[in-house]
Amino acid sequence: MTLSPDTAILRSSHLLGIEGLSVGEITELLDLADTYVALNRAAEKKSARLKGRTLINLFFEPSTRTQSSFELAGKRLGADVLNMSVRTSSVSKGETLLDTAATLNAMRPDILVVRHSDSGAAELLARKLDCAVVNAGDGSHEHPTQALLDALTIRRRRGSFEGLVVAICGDVLHSRVARSNIHLLSKLGARVRLIAPPTLLPSDAARFGVEIFTDMRKGLAGADIVMMLRLQLERMTGAFVPSTREYFRFYGLDHAKLALAKPGALVMHPGPMNRGVEIDSAVADDIEVSLISEQVEMGVATRMAVLDALARGLAPAGRNAP
Amino acid sequence: MSGKRIVFRNARLVDPASELDVRGGLLVENGRIADLGPRLFNETDPNDPEVIDCKGLVLAPGLIDMRVFTGEPGSEHRETLESASAAAAAGGVTTIVVMPNTDPIIDEPSLVDFIHRRAAATAKVRVVPMAALTRRLAGETMTEIGLLLEAGAVAFTDGDRTLANAKVLRRALSYASGFGALVVGHAEDPDLSDGASMTEGEFAMRLGIPAAPAAAEAIVVERDIRLVELTGARYHFGQISCRASLDAVAAAKQRGLPVTCAVSAHHLALNELDVGSYLTFMKVKPPLRSEADRAAMVEGVSNGLIDVIVSSHDPQAADTKRQPFAQAAFGAIGLETLLPIALSIHHNGRAGIGHVLKAVTATPAQILSLPGGRLARGAPADLVLFDPDVPVVIDPAQMHSRARNTPFEGRKFQGRVRMTFIGGECVYDREGETKT
Repeated sequence: MTLSPDTAILRSSHLLGIEGLSVGEITELLDLADTYVALNRAAEKKSARLKGRTLINLFFEPSTRTQSSFELAGKRLGADVLNMSVRTSSVSKGETLLDTAATLNAMRPDILVVRHSDSGAAELLARKLDCAVVNAGDGSHEHPTQALLDALTIRRRRGSFEGLVVAICGDVLHSRVARSNIHLLSKLGARVRLIAPPTLLPSDAARFGVEIFTDMRKGLAGADIVMMLRLQLERMTGAFVPSTREYFRFYGLDHAKLALAKPGALVMHPGPMNRGVEIDSAVADDIEVSLISEQVEMGVATRMAVLDALARGLAPAGRNAP
Repeated sequence: MSGKRIVFRNARLVDPASELDVRGGLLVENGRIADLGPRLFNETDPNDPEVIDCKGLVLAPGLIDMRVFTGEPGSEHRETLESASAAAAAGGVTTIVVMPNTDPIIDEPSLVDFIHRRAAATAKVRVVPMAALTRRLAGETMTEIGLLLEAGAVAFTDGDRTLANAKVLRRALSYASGFGALVVGHAEDPDLSDGASMTEGEFAMRLGIPAAPAAAEAIVVERDIRLVELTGARYHFGQISCRASLDAVAAAKQRGLPVTCAVSAHHLALNELDVGSYLTFMKVKPPLRSEADRAAMVEGVSNGLIDVIVSSHDPQAADTKRQPFAQAAFGAIGLETLLPIALSIHHNGRAGIGHVLKAVTATPAQILSLPGGRLARGAPADLVLFDPDVPVVIDPAQMHSRARNTPFEGRKFQGRVRMTFIGGECVYDREGETKT
């Protein structure tokens, strides 16, 4: 499907989360991303959609994967890309963020991609800056491009989301990936299950309209897609789960547990993986079931689609001209 | 397990779980109860070698003691699993639930396995370990509850330590609830009770002994109940000792929370005045309470709000007890006095014998999901044969524990164990013992 390059896709001039998107907006973004998958597989990968535009990657948390994915997406669309990695001072985070916003505004970027450890940071910047803002992960809130790329990966394999059972396993409590995916998959008609020890589940998780399982073996029964979440290292040593070996025993995905899912079930992981903690290498590297490399490929195409969609809302001469 | 067949005839069969109390017989085959009933073996030849004539004594499920401290591993001079099990057998206790407060602390699956192996090699009675709830009992990070369960831990507790940090406890309870695991708590606010040896009140004041208010217990009981409400975890108070705690537990049960509680035999039988002239064998944790609180505990057992009676068996060497009161170690042995003290509630007319026995048999079995604790076809033949009425004077010299720190020396009770059986195998025979 091809869309006219001038057709508006998003109602908002920012992409801050999945929660506010309509099914139509999500579907059009995925359709557009499909066209970029084709472009990325061609020898000539360049487009001129963002020619003359400036994209700033502002990362307050280190993330090689997401940052390089956005960088590549911007460059393939012809934008000038600037990467800024900022170490936050723990003393005056709020002040630093607004100071940074003022500084950035003066550089007149067109699109700002931001990753921050505090929930709501992208929204705060969107209010203070004159450019389009893409949330590349804010605290435990949302990571919309990850959910979109996951959806693109699933859709290309399974065609539709209607009735699909997707089990999201692991540290749901701290996961922005989980929240964005819960919103997106539910909107598209999938049945979402959460599997985690109670300590890694928000106490009101059922309010998302999902099924909750603390026994992974029961939660996996009949699942079409198993989406593993990363367990942060600092959460493995007693506060939330007692140890990595216990976590792997009860919540790590290996072939024995995967066998309980629907035959042909597929495995996803947003990366980077903790092998032997939340996922067994034998599963992660099994090309029959693992979509993990495919997710990375879809990441670039999805981010190109998001940047393209946001560029459609930018004034031709730069709307923040004096 | 014994493959042989044993016939008990002429017994007073008392099964608390089914409220059975009837003259009759009981058949053991392959270590399990094969049959029982009023008309069984009335015609059996009493001289048959495989027949035990109970002569009208009570044949009941062996006792399950949910709170036993030993010194193994690490302090074998105080008590080993072997010596504790000998005391248990003599006391009619067929299952001892041992606390993780040893050296090393039982906070690793391999150490749970160690307890099982040592018990299998040396103990006369069944030994069921509880594992630590937090690593090193430090109250900071939870243990590997799932792996410890798989290794055979029956519940999770920091023993006689209170988990001070409510956030750590909340997470541990929450995590445990995912496995349906039972958490057993000790209620004594560590700051309020720091340095205290007695319950705050007139008597401690006159003795000049540092004391903590009974509220130090109730505060923790109330906090823990709130956390149970948040997490839905199964929770058991290892022992409570005052009315305020009982009221809080009663209210929690009223609200349908999965909470149970136990009382120690010494908190049923003794009060703070028993400390007398600084008797360190009366120094226990939590300390002996006022007479009103003691009476409330008896009342709690009578009306069933207190689920379980435990011995809180805590063997201490003489050198740690022969000290000025404030410096002496806490703890009292109790495996061999648990049955007579429990029976005293019956003899004082406060409850039927079945009701009292339930608190040391069927209820602990149910809380811990153990197969014993009842007289029923298919149940393990863990049995105690005892005379419920014979007067006894407690004599530490006749005890089997390696330690001698009983607070009941010279006290008069009623009830004495005649024989104890594990899986149909006799592990204690008083007559055989007195003959040799």
